[in-house]
Amino acid sequence: MSGYIALTYTDLLLASVFLVINGLLSLWLHLGLERKLAIAALRMVVQLILVGLLLKSLFSILSPWLTLLVATSMVLFAGREVWARQDRKLRGLWGFGIGTGAMAFAGAGITVIALTTMIGSDPWWTPRFALPVLGMVLGNTMNGISLALDALHTGISRERVSIEAQLLLGQTRWSALRPVLRRALRSGFMPIINAMGAVGIVSLPGMMTGQILSGVDPTEAVKYQLLVMFLIGGATGLGVLAATFGSVWRLTDERDRLRLERLTKPKDPT
Amino acid sequence: MNPENPLLKVGNLTRLMIGPVSFGVGAGECVAITGPSGTGKSVLLRAIVDLDPNDGQVQAGDVIRADVPAPDWRKTVAMLPAESGWWLDHVAPHFQAPDKIRGQLPLVGLPESAMGWEVARLSTGEKHRLALLRCLEGKPKVLLLDEPTAALDHDTTLQIEALLKQQLDLGTAILIVTHDEAQAKRLAHRILRLDGGQLQQVAA
Repeated sequence: MSGYIALTYTDLLLASVFLVINGLLSLWLHLGLERKLAIAALRMVVQLILVGLLLKSLFSILSPWLTLLVATSMVLFAGREVWARQDRKLRGLWGFGIGTGAMAFAGAGITVIALTTMIGSDPWWTPRFALPVLGMVLGNTMNGISLALDALHTGISRERVSIEAQLLLGQTRWSALRPVLRRALRSGFMPIINAMGAVGIVSLPGMMTGQILSGVDPTEAVKYQLLVMFLIGGATGLGVLAATFGSVWRLTDERDRLRLERLTKPKDPT
Repeated sequence: MNPENPLLKVGNLTRLMIGPVSFGVGAGECVAITGPSGTGKSVLLRAIVDLDPNDGQVQAGDVIRADVPAPDWRKTVAMLPAESGWWLDHVAPHFQAPDKIRGQLPLVGLPESAMGWEVARLSTGEKHRLALLRCLEGKPKVLLLDEPTAALDHDTTLQIEALLKQQLDLGTAILIVTHDEAQAKRLAHRILRLDGGQLQQVAA
């Protein structure tokens, strides 16, 4: 295997020329995309350079507390993202808490188990392993949970009459909400199921490609990718289940009533 | 009918702008509730079946609401809401035993084949009549009906009323919300008026 080829900043400048061409085309064709393209590209450059510096210092300091701090803020940011992506949210702290809690439980929990047993880095919280794995797991769990909660809350508000009809016929809250819950779980699971089915044929995952580019044997890179996909699949599934069950529990009460007043109303499209 | 010991006993029921109200409905008795729109007649029915948070003591025979799980309570005291709800594509699976109910469809002016219909193609009135049969299937002791004939023509309305009288003969207690004064007079033994959150007897 050939080794790792380091890139120079000139290489990057050269690569960015293609994006600049796109910007010029947009100007010439009056597409009005050039501003958005430029801002997005600039954000990407700044964010990635900063994260590179941050990771570099984290890796050299090797402090468990700093690693924990970064991991916690990753979970909180992902939680905020889940909250923001729902059309109708649970009122109060519950809105942020259920998504974030589910991610902390499933995403962080599974990452810790993987680090301590399968990856076996020493010490297990070594940021070079912990943070990238947590990032990949959280990114996907976040997607699944936000899709599932959005589908659940929309479905419950839209089908209030049919849910209450079932409650009135003497069904329990779990049984009356089962059709909506099942649909919400399906939307939450769909991205990861699709990703697992398409991987290797339609898409070559970024992590595996990166490892191959840096000189790792493809069969070894595949093993890492499989590990990560299993972790992502497991964490997404558990996170989606925890978040939707928590939300159903909050939107009903012990007398088997539907408590829609605990849900915010969506903003009307302007 | 024994007014001293009613089948449905409501004591100091309070919910939002309603109450506290207390009243009873005897076995085989029909009580109608009338009143201007927006006074909370539906809210009152929902509170009795415990579909919304509320305060008060409610009892059906020797079943005390606070002592039983809410699903059991709603099987004893059943409510037919003004808008019927459906959660599957076809009519039949909404019933516990569709084959037994099929024969009763003519009682509400529908053909027996209605059991195989698609919910999406039902009219409001058809849905409502099917929902009434579905509600009766659990053999509740007390029936709370919210405008049960609002979407129906006169002949079908009379047919539904005949079915309800049959239920009264079986000893069911019925509390019916209606805008139709003629219907209240035809069916009800007593008429209560809900206004300003309080119930008042209109006629005996």
